[in-house]
Amino acid sequence: MKRRKFDLAAAPGKAAAGVDDRFQVATPLRRLLNKVFPDHWSFLLGEIALFSFIVLLLTGVFLTFFFEPSMTEVIYNGSYAPLRGTPMSAAYASSLDISFEVRGGLIMRQMHHWAALLFMAAIVVHMLRVFFTGAFRKPRETNWIIGSLLFWVGFLAGFTGYSLPDDGLSGTGLRIASAIMLSIPVIGSWVTSSIFGGEFPGTIIISRFFIAHVLLIPALLVALISVHLGLVFKQKHTQWPGPGRTNGNVVGERMFPRYAIKQGGFFMIVFGVIALMGGLFQINPIWLFGPYEAWVVSAASQPDWYVMFLDGSTRLMPAWQINIPIGDGYVIPPLFWPTVVLPGILVGLSTLYPFLEARHLKDYKSHNLLQRPRDVPARTAVGAMAVAFYLVLTLSGANDVIADKFQISLNAMTWAGRIGLLIAPPIAYYVTYRLCLGLQQHDREVLAHGVETGIIRRLPDGRFVEVHQPLSAAQEHGDGHGALEYTGWVVPKKMNRLGALGPAVRGFFYPIEKPVEAPVSPGHPPVEPRPEREEISSGEPRR
Amino acid sequence: MSTHTEHQAQQGREPLDVNTPGLTRFDIVREGARRDDIEIVHYEPQVVSGSKAERRLVRLVAWLFLLSGLAATAFLVVYIWWPWEYAPGRGSDKWYTPLLGLTLGLSLLGIGFGILTWGKKLLPKEVSIQDRHEGAVSPDDRSITGQTMLYMADELGVKRRPLLGISLLAGLAPVGAVAAAPLVGGLISNPHKNNQMFTTGFAPAEGGQKVRLVREDGRPVRPSDISAGGQLTVFPGIEHGISNRHADSPTLLIHLRDEDAQKSRQANERVGHGDYMWGNYAAFSKICTHAGCPASLYEQQTNRLLCPCHQSQFLITDNARPVFGPASRRLPQLPIEVDSEGFFVAKSDFTETVGPDFWERP
Repeated sequence: MKRRKFDLAAAPGKAAAGVDDRFQVATPLRRLLNKVFPDHWSFLLGEIALFSFIVLLLTGVFLTFFFEPSMTEVIYNGSYAPLRGTPMSAAYASSLDISFEVRGGLIMRQMHHWAALLFMAAIVVHMLRVFFTGAFRKPRETNWIIGSLLFWVGFLAGFTGYSLPDDGLSGTGLRIASAIMLSIPVIGSWVTSSIFGGEFPGTIIISRFFIAHVLLIPALLVALISVHLGLVFKQKHTQWPGPGRTNGNVVGERMFPRYAIKQGGFFMIVFGVIALMGGLFQINPIWLFGPYEAWVVSAASQPDWYVMFLDGSTRLMPAWQINIPIGDGYVIPPLFWPTVVLPGILVGLSTLYPFLEARHLKDYKSHNLLQRPRDVPARTAVGAMAVAFYLVLTLSGANDVIADKFQISLNAMTWAGRIGLLIAPPIAYYVTYRLCLGLQQHDREVLAHGVETGIIRRLPDGRFVEVHQPLSAAQEHGDGHGALEYTGWVVPKKMNRLGALGPAVRGFFYPIEKPVEAPVSPGHPPVEPRPEREEISSGEPRR
Repeated sequence: MSTHTEHQAQQGREPLDVNTPGLTRFDIVREGARRDDIEIVHYEPQVVSGSKAERRLVRLVAWLFLLSGLAATAFLVVYIWWPWEYAPGRGSDKWYTPLLGLTLGLSLLGIGFGILTWGKKLLPKEVSIQDRHEGAVSPDDRSITGQTMLYMADELGVKRRPLLGISLLAGLAPVGAVAAAPLVGGLISNPHKNNQMFTTGFAPAEGGQKVRLVREDGRPVRPSDISAGGQLTVFPGIEHGISNRHADSPTLLIHLRDEDAQKSRQANERVGHGDYMWGNYAAFSKICTHAGCPASLYEQQTNRLLCPCHQSQFLITDNARPVFGPASRRLPQLPIEVDSEGFFVAKSDFTETVGPDFWERP
């Protein structure tokens, strides 16, 4: 019998052939490897959210091994001396144990919290990018809706997670949440009682929040994120306009290897930054807040940043109570408007925006090319209005801290917020609109007349003019060159953008390559040292 | 804009035979891309192989990877051997978490920047153009799919046999509700059970025994315990009175100065609370009528009580009327007196609903 020889070099090829025989993956795999992605730094903001989510899953699983979601009263007897002997819920005690008794537990807790904050921040910034560049237009409305849902589901994930340790600060937040549910007309008390299993705080809310936080909400997030990414993949990414880029193509890099490598590196960097933050910056030091007790609160108790706008709207709301004089009389408390109605309106407006804009502009075409914010002043100004509205609310969520640090009256801060909420958005709209028009005009100016060179020339008749470098070749035209068409992309506005200066010399301490000579126009003589200046005088001798 | 401008040249293209001898691997890659309607239009190495620049970049990436390994090792060393257990006043445990963060962060950043440099600087730069195939589905295809689905409806014959459709709806709707019933039925809880929303721990016991006001440590309170202008958080002197089980019971007992007490009594008369105070002492619910936070910042000079959550302010001398902020309702007042032993007791429960407002509050 002939001895079969094992050929190591051919093994991977044989294995691959075997796999392909069974699953027929060669063609789809090649398509995947070859898929082209357009590249721009602003396309990576959503990735930060995705990567933070992965870190959240990793650290979150660790935390579940040690957290006890129970409100059973225990007497703390751990190593944190100031709280020893204090009655508290098992949830709070186990959160303290994660911070003090579990090796490396504190950094996991802090990384989890920082990753959550980063997750929400990245979602918001990504959403702003998508909004201001018009990436939400047809065919991507569905993904816009999923994205805005992701914000609100993330909000819920954050709030439920924040409430779990059952410390003094989060318990107060939970108390406010119960009041918000109570304020809903007709069904409020039934909703609250059903969720809390009786009167606040009850004994079950932490375990209900726990299962929501570790199973239901993450499952929903994973599902939404998968559809979100799948649609990006299916519909192909938008791209900026530019040379060779049309509505019908994608200009960029193939996914493998370079694009994927960059993504992998970026993930590691996001992960690393979260690790640094989790280790170096303290967040939510629950041992300082003590267990939740209904009668204890401290000033300057702020929620996480993404909840602050709701806190702000609640603070600014005037005490308008609506009484309905039927039967025994019914009440709509003022709390209802800023905490239930306002978020409702925000969800509705944000999800519907793509359709509202398409309807308004009667634009039902598919758009794969992005728009620069300046080219769509109305949308950009509406976005600025929304940002101004949000900022006033968020700042008002910390108005007691601002009042304290800057020695301002607290009531003045509230009034500033109320007035600011009404006037800041229109001002933002107007200013942004004018800025956009100004930027547009400047682009057109440069395209028509060229880039400012900084060279001042004196004309024979005594006038001074600045020399402009035209962007297009000379033409029989009024001023000797032709105006260029605006293509929706950056217009060079500095001479070194036109290659008029030599490229920067590379190397940190010493040049690693011979510097390239700066290009000199053939018509120009080499620059000579300036001749001694003569004093310009009026002819009369100076006294 | 036509969607097929980019690759018109590709449409009628003869596919390259990949078995042709002499083809480079890149030729085959380019052919593969072309078969996916991708044209690699620009492909340029960023570094000349063997150049000083390349060696420098390779060294940099290698250093980053080694740094990463070093930091990871340091992480393990710190994780295992650093004295991390918390003990008051020791100090070394304070450095544990920062050191873990620093070493873990550095090792991850090392890998991250290493791979990024490798990918961004050492790999060739390319520009590829892929056709989007937008609107690639032909009207025919749409029509065929639509007809297929309509044909399925035909096969089911719901139109010809309407009873099937009606009975399906009528029969299965309750089945759907069955899925929801246990969830709703299990969770639902009557908010008015035992009148819980309208009573607090200060409600007199069965025999009419009045409830004492006690401190956080459980001791009852005498009038002499609070000096004029002072205030004290008190709880119902019942079992679990000082716990979250009676989260709506915490009350603020305030000893007003003479002139403030005078004003306060007049204000109380106006709202029909003439006999709620005892001497210069008044008691108001500590639970804000706005969102339920404890309104606990008492400004002695102005007799204002501020809730730190949303800055509602209540004027105590005007029967805790909300004077600023989002609260719309007075803090409920607890009628108090002193019992035969000289301790404060609640004459009755609060006569108004304690805590945040809701729809059916009478």
